[in-house]
Amino acid sequence: MTVRDIKNLLSCETLWGEELLDRKVHTACGADMMSDVLAFVKDQSVLITGLVNLQTVRTAMMMDIVCIVFVRGKVPAKEVIDLAADNDIIILSTSQLMFESCGKLYGAGLSGGKHKNES
Amino acid sequence: MNLNFTYDVDSEDFTRAGEASADIKKKLKKMNVPHEAVRKVAIAMYEGEINMVIHANGGVITVSVNEDSITMVLADKGPGIPDVEKAMQEGFSTAPDNIRALGFGAGMGLPNMKKYTDEMHIDTEIGVGTTVTMKVNI
Ligand SMILES: Nc1ncnc2c1ncn2[C@@H]1O[C@H](COP(=O)(O)OP(=O)(O)OP(=O)(O)O)[C@@H](O)[C@H]1O
Ligand SMILES: [Mg+2]
Repeated sequence: MTVRDIKNLLSCETLWGEELLDRKVHTACGADMMSDVLAFVKDQSVLITGLVNLQTVRTAMMMDIVCIVFVRGKVPAKEVIDLAADNDIIILSTSQLMFESCGKLYGAGLSGGKHKNES
Repeated sequence: MNLNFTYDVDSEDFTRAGEASADIKKKLKKMNVPHEAVRKVAIAMYEGEINMVIHANGGVITVSVNEDSITMVLADKGPGIPDVEKAMQEGFSTAPDNIRALGFGAGMGLPNMKKYTDEMHIDTEIGVGTTVTMKVNI
């Protein structure tokens, strides 16, 4: 699916990256602890999180994550959005909860990728 | 080719943690190091950099880039790690609640560093500091 599909499924507001919404994503990862995110590597993935700080964006940078969805209506500080913009990472925000957001995306066909112990 | 980069990692400002790793990632990309190797280095170094900031009051990171490998040495003068074997276990963390609120303290950093690198060695002494050496083959 594309980031635009995610935006529609979760009724997101686009905080940055309006013109990049047609980018494709294949996998998703939902977590509030950044090392749990860093344990998971997949290309073209989206990060769904309630953690709204600069380290969320840095984690996404290290992993080449395409898009971050902030759940529970959280809106990051300007510096967080600026860092994402500098690195071409799309930022969406939804009022939905983590569980609902992940469930909807999973139901719509996004996969969780593989856990590191699977081959 | 043999290039070396050195970074001072400051622990005063948590918002800056990860800047060194982000910079190395950009440099390696520019040097046309293969994508997979760049990502492994970036993730392992970022975990190590964060550890230096939250557990050891900062330190110094040196990165050496050769044709066939990238070596990272993260040296701090922090409290040291009392039981390295335990620290390496998934889920083991001594991070306090204020650090967990910042998104760290899952106890996955050291296991991730091991997983993404081809070699990893921890040298540590209580009250003296910790040096983590990691190597990623290209
Ligand atoms: N440089 C260091 N100096 C002192 N202690 C350290 C250092 N690095 C790690 N530790 C100790 O080892 C533990 C495990 O580290 P690890 O990186 O695996 O987890 P964490 O940092 O607690 O959480 P996470 O990395 O998942 O955010 C830490 O909680 C800390 O007690
Ligand atoms: Mg850690």
